[in-house]
Amino acid sequence: MEDIFVFAVQTLDATLRVSTPLILAAMAGLFSERSGIIDISLEGKMLAAAFASAATAAVTGSPWLALAAAMITSLFLALLHGFACITHRGNHVVSGVAINILVSGLTIVLGIAWFAQGGQTPLLKADARFRPIEWPGAQAMEGVPFLGPLYEELISGHNILVYVALLVVPLTWWVVYRSRFGLRLRAVGENPLAVDTAGISVAFLRYRAVAICGLLCGIAGTYIAIAQNAGFIREMTAGQGYIALAAMIFGKWRPLPALGACLMFGLLDAISIRLQGVSIAGIGEVPVQLIQALPYIMTVVLLAGFIGKAVAPKAIGVPFVKER
Amino acid sequence: MRKLWTLACATALMTAAGATQASDIEPAVVFDFGGKFDKSFNEGVYNGVERFKEETGIAYSDFEITNETQFEQAHRRFAQRGANPIVAVGFSQAGAVEAVATEFPDTKFTIIDMVVDLPNVQSVVFKEHEGSFLVGVLAAMASESGKVGFIGGMDIPLIRKFACGYVQGAKYANADVEVVENMTGTTPAAWNDPGRGGELAKGQFDRGVDVVYAAAGGTGIGVYQAAADEGKYAIGVDSNQNHLHPGTMLTSMVKRVDLAAYNSFMGAKDGTWASGVSALGLAEGGVDWALDENNAPLVSDDMKAKVEHAKADIIAGKIVVHDYMSDNACPS
Repeated sequence: MEDIFVFAVQTLDATLRVSTPLILAAMAGLFSERSGIIDISLEGKMLAAAFASAATAAVTGSPWLALAAAMITSLFLALLHGFACITHRGNHVVSGVAINILVSGLTIVLGIAWFAQGGQTPLLKADARFRPIEWPGAQAMEGVPFLGPLYEELISGHNILVYVALLVVPLTWWVVYRSRFGLRLRAVGENPLAVDTAGISVAFLRYRAVAICGLLCGIAGTYIAIAQNAGFIREMTAGQGYIALAAMIFGKWRPLPALGACLMFGLLDAISIRLQGVSIAGIGEVPVQLIQALPYIMTVVLLAGFIGKAVAPKAIGVPFVKER
Repeated sequence: MRKLWTLACATALMTAAGATQASDIEPAVVFDFGGKFDKSFNEGVYNGVERFKEETGIAYSDFEITNETQFEQAHRRFAQRGANPIVAVGFSQAGAVEAVATEFPDTKFTIIDMVVDLPNVQSVVFKEHEGSFLVGVLAAMASESGKVGFIGGMDIPLIRKFACGYVQGAKYANADVEVVENMTGTTPAAWNDPGRGGELAKGQFDRGVDVVYAAAGGTGIGVYQAAADEGKYAIGVDSNQNHLHPGTMLTSMVKRVDLAAYNSFMGAKDGTWASGVSALGLAEGGVDWALDENNAPLVSDDMKAKVEHAKADIIAGKIVVHDYMSDNACPS
């Protein structure tokens, strides 16, 4: 019993670590898509941010400067996406793919040019990274049954970006559902013409939405490069931007269900990592391939049976042309 | 302006002439993913060809690929330009080498880590299971919990070969040792996922593992970082990676890919280059464990004696390390 409890707590702890970039990127995508801009360049923005933060941390040694650099880089790419999709009414998917391809190549080229290590950045020292924060009393709580390990493993001992990600979700909910900006944001994704008729600039609203998207992707990339890891390696986001996008659609473009989807992907990942090579009572050792397919199988099952219809914002992907 | 042009032409001609004069061969090397400064596999080859250049004064051409389709283009381009021999680094180039070597039967090719059966191809493979056996011995002796871990990159027979040798070594040193094995993935992305590598390592540490051996390319960097963060031991692979985190890098399983590249160039220069398969193991100095000032404090005299004893026994044939790739199975 004790063993199972410890295993569960450790798995949940790993779930949080794995889910953090997904949560941040999903919230980023939510802002963009709620305003009517499809964003498949979450992946590219995260990768660019990861590179920017790792490079800045390697040169300056400061994680905070690295975070700033990452957010600026990602913001720039988001505005580029906005410029193509909003100002020039380009195809959102094409622009997104272009950004992903651009970043995938550019990070390696710049990495080779600046650091000459095959596209990697130098390994970072501990003080150039975001380190786990021990909450007060974590050691003292260790002896307390149940609550002790929960507090020590699960709540304490993460780096600051994990807590930021968890705070971003209620904040997103508040902004989208309770603020004036949020009301307009949702309206512009459903019926931009109505918003325009009310005398509000559709373009400016959408630009603000993609800018928020860029900033959040910047935090996600920073987490991957200098909190979870200690440097940049080519293609290190490994498809997490697409998973975040899927999680957001799973969550039907709503913050709390999207959080749930991200945590589910994270949990399945954490379980698949921990179940490899373990014998399960009554079943025996499960093959690696099956364990690794588990998240995908679960996705199909959940999509087919439980999620129901996901309805996108009505005006998503449609360029807005002001009537004259 | 015209004068300048003439001057430029003359210089170019002179350098060209100089180059042909100094070299009777025109060696070339095509690096694998990761590039020549990856601190691991490719960098080993780079060091080998640099040594050749230093000793003989013969320059070489090289190519760093950025995607898989470039392998064949790079080989064909080198072959057309008369490069000879051409060294291909890594198993993923086998298809390209096979295609281009058939088209250019007079060009010599050397492929590292894979066998291509053609009359003008030299295949150099390593007995990674023997080197992994030695680091397995060290891991089992350094472990206090009696649990050691292995993290592979992509789940392919070559990586299973590392794992299998490691398990045998660990069991040799301590029959009761428990080995936890993980693979990062089943696609090439598994070579470059340090985040997942770190998570796999943390998962193993939670299960009581205190020494982890990673044969996973760039993913390994995440494993070593996780070990350094949690104060556990890690074992490097391919190049000597002891310097990455002095104090927690127990040792490295060194694969002398530099020798393979150096020997190919040297052999072509001296006319002793021969096609066929050569397998470099402990006896040939092709694999070994690394001991330097970074990990000397971690390796006790006891451990050193035991691992050197095992090494001597393997070379003498008293211990036969099972090769996973011979029958795709590992005795447990």
